Amino acid sequence: MNGSSELAAGTFPQLLRIRREKDGAMPAMREKAFGIWQTWSLDEFCDEAFYFASGLMRLGMSRGDTLVIIGDNRPRLYASMLAAQSIGGIPVPAYQDSIAKEIEYVVDHAEARFIVAENQEQVDKALEIREQCPRVEKIIYCDPKGLRKYDQNVVIDMRHIVELGHDLLQSDPDRVNIEIDKGRSSDAAVILYTSGTTGRPKGVVLSNENLLITARNTSAFDKVSADEEVLAYLPMAWVGDNAFSFAMGLVVGFCVNCPENASTVAQDLREIGPTYYFAPPRVFENVLTSVMIRMKDAGSFKRALFNHFMSVAKKSGARLLDGQKVSLIDRLHYQIGELLIYGPIKNSLGLSRVRVAYTAGEAIGPEIFDFYRSLGVNLKQLYGQTEATVFITMQPDGAVRSESVGTPPPGVEIRIEDSGEVLYRSPGVFQKYFKNPEATSETKTSDRWVRTGDAGYFDDEGHLRIIDRAKDVGKLNDDSMFAPKFLENKLKFYPEIQEAVTFGDGRDFVTAFINIDLDAVANWAERNNVAYASYQELAANPKVYDLIQDCVEKVNRSIAKDAYLATSQIRRFLVLHKELDPDDGELTRTRKVRRRIINERYSDLIEALFDGRQQCFVSTEVMFEDGRQGKIEADLEIRDVDVGSVEPRAVA
Amino acid sequence: MTAHPKNETLLEVESISLSFGGVHALSDVSFDIRKGEVRSIIGPNGAGKSSMLNVINGFYHPQEGSITYQGKRRAQMKPHEAALGGIARTFQNIALFRGMSTLDNIMTGRNTKMSKGLFWQALHFGPAKREEIENREFVEHVIDFLEIQTIRKTPVGRLPYGLQKRVELGRALAAEPTLLLLDEPMAGMNLEEKEDMSRFILETNEEFGTTIALIEHDMGVVMDISDRVVVLDYGRKIAEGTPEEVRANQNVIDAYLGVSHD
Repeated sequence: MNGSSELAAGTFPQLLRIRREKDGAMPAMREKAFGIWQTWSLDEFCDEAFYFASGLMRLGMSRGDTLVIIGDNRPRLYASMLAAQSIGGIPVPAYQDSIAKEIEYVVDHAEARFIVAENQEQVDKALEIREQCPRVEKIIYCDPKGLRKYDQNVVIDMRHIVELGHDLLQSDPDRVNIEIDKGRSSDAAVILYTSGTTGRPKGVVLSNENLLITARNTSAFDKVSADEEVLAYLPMAWVGDNAFSFAMGLVVGFCVNCPENASTVAQDLREIGPTYYFAPPRVFENVLTSVMIRMKDAGSFKRALFNHFMSVAKKSGARLLDGQKVSLIDRLHYQIGELLIYGPIKNSLGLSRVRVAYTAGEAIGPEIFDFYRSLGVNLKQLYGQTEATVFITMQPDGAVRSESVGTPPPGVEIRIEDSGEVLYRSPGVFQKYFKNPEATSETKTSDRWVRTGDAGYFDDEGHLRIIDRAKDVGKLNDDSMFAPKFLENKLKFYPEIQEAVTFGDGRDFVTAFINIDLDAVANWAERNNVAYASYQELAANPKVYDLIQDCVEKVNRSIAKDAYLATSQIRRFLVLHKELDPDDGELTRTRKVRRRIINERYSDLIEALFDGRQQCFVSTEVMFEDGRQGKIEADLEIRDVDVGSVEPRAVA
Repeated sequence: MTAHPKNETLLEVESISLSFGGVHALSDVSFDIRKGEVRSIIGPNGAGKSSMLNVINGFYHPQEGSITYQGKRRAQMKPHEAALGGIARTFQNIALFRGMSTLDNIMTGRNTKMSKGLFWQALHFGPAKREEIENREFVEHVIDFLEIQTIRKTPVGRLPYGLQKRVELGRALAAEPTLLLLDEPMAGMNLEEKEDMSRFILETNEEFGTTIALIEHDMGVVMDISDRVVVLDYGRKIAEGTPEEVRANQNVIDAYLGVSHD
């Protein structure tokens, strides 16, 4: 990663050209295909990218054009990002699980003429939106399976274009190089559409410089080397994948591994054994839930062994990781646990070799966080945004807390407004929202400070703590503070609860919608002889209500002690008959709750929560995965919950 | 529907009669299967559909009639000869090795393509190893085609029913069949699984030009994916033709809905 010439590179294609001179034979990417990890050397990867670039030029793509890319993480798709950048185009990765309508918005807004689609599934979506997006000229696919009969004038095999580009380079070897030379570090490197909890997605424009400097700074922060193994399994449209798999991979030179497909990630993880690992809290949570379920099903001896050593881990694991003093006896005890329990668990989860793991995107439950750290996995939190090229704060080694998100890394400044909103300024600050100067000026001040929209404060140690979205923090009628996400996170820390939505702003008290976690509750149902035929039936079972009520009461007890939030105890709740789903617009693609939409869709239920009814009928339109519409109807029970005594609060 | 000309006959059954003791399973059934087509055999329960497949497959030996396959006329054939001749099949009640993984089950479909003996295979060395690698590669393509990478190493007995059916199809495809016999590939499946299975059957037919003979109860599926249909009832052929013709045939309607005796 050193050498002044590499630092001189202003764009990714320029960087790649320099790096291949030196490391051409090094593996750049790996992809599991046909059961085998197939390696792409840096040379092969560059060839694919530059040939494809040459082919795209022939198709008529020119500087400033966008290239929409839809698909799972594949070396070819990463190469197509580089191809676009090489000829001055801008790649626009889109979420691969988006429905056609969402893709339509991105393609239309980005004014794309070309789409790269991974396979038949994505090509079908691209074809579906052609009428609404007449600018689209060609749809280029990677995997020809099932596409033989499609109109090959519109839908073209990527390999043909790569070959075409290769032939053109034979007669004119510098056609791509000349374009690469024209690149400037201030050129847009990528446009990422944020899923956004409100309104239409916004296209965040990040420059080459944003990504390059951020990648260099953060690699230095965690001493990331070319020997890391990284698994690229999070959506390419997400800024984290751009920063970790794409930018850091190319800057530092480690090999990026692409899983076979979305459903084999857990197996692929185990085979690769990543050293640098990134996952949203949801992934850590799901893994922990599955471990706990399996332990509950294990024999009593194994269970006792597990419980014993987990309590040992709880006592000394995190302290050992932080380099604090631990007595010799405890150390030995922990080592035995490592041999018998922790090692095998980490191995079966694919976490044996993890040097640094990050979680971000949402708050992670302290129990989940502590579980991994006590096993000896160096799990840390970071706080970031697409607009910041991810990084706003990170937790340095040895100063990791579960309730705060760390300190700003080199180059990042943070300021907190009187309203509590967090602002930052960094080399990663985005250029603008694509074709949306209004939103740009709302978010970004003239002196490059960016509003996060999050409310937070620095604690005594100087670590940033985030409470909630600034605009979501509301007030109950008695004027006490109501922070919905704070409550929802507390609820979601219970494995039985998948998702929660709380209501209280402008009300007398707080209520909640609960989504059960099907895996955890189904397993509980099996062990307790509760029969059910569907998600809906399980969710409505009175025994499941008892189970959830127990969780809600525990949350109430824990916040009853909090001077500011004691009034936010949950008085009434109901268990929803369906899972909140991004396809129905209730969650964003990154699974954040869209409050406005939920307020509209379920206004009846919300009223019922506040007017004292014990039962409420609901009928919801749902969108099935194949795009068809349907209807789910149910009579939902509403439960009242005990509330711990509230100490009269001294008004500040 | 496909690029292959569909007028060349691949298999012809002539006046087949089959009985078990006094039970006449098939009486005087004749029809043909053309190269590259999807040919469905339908009929009410006990009509003799599975028996017909078993006859084609060489598992049952008819008392009367003959079968012409790829131009060769034969009276009797053993199942392994049929397999060597390019006829592969799936079963109504899944017949997989339950303790073996998906991968190993599909590898067994390559049995006819492996020439090295037990000794060499046990040594797993030199030519035997090369052979295994070649065949494994083919199997991986089948796994990719059927989108079952996730369960590659999972013992088949632990898989849900719909997936087991898919593995069975994979084993049949691994034999690179000329003629693929599918015995109720969609029985007991939900709508989504049926749609997946239909897609795989059509893709097999279109991409590899495999001829397919299919027994199925779901009329929607049959009418959607078949080129021609033959209808059996009480061991006799009562109709045949395109899905439209069969749907309009009075005999077929009577067989399925019953006739009033007045």
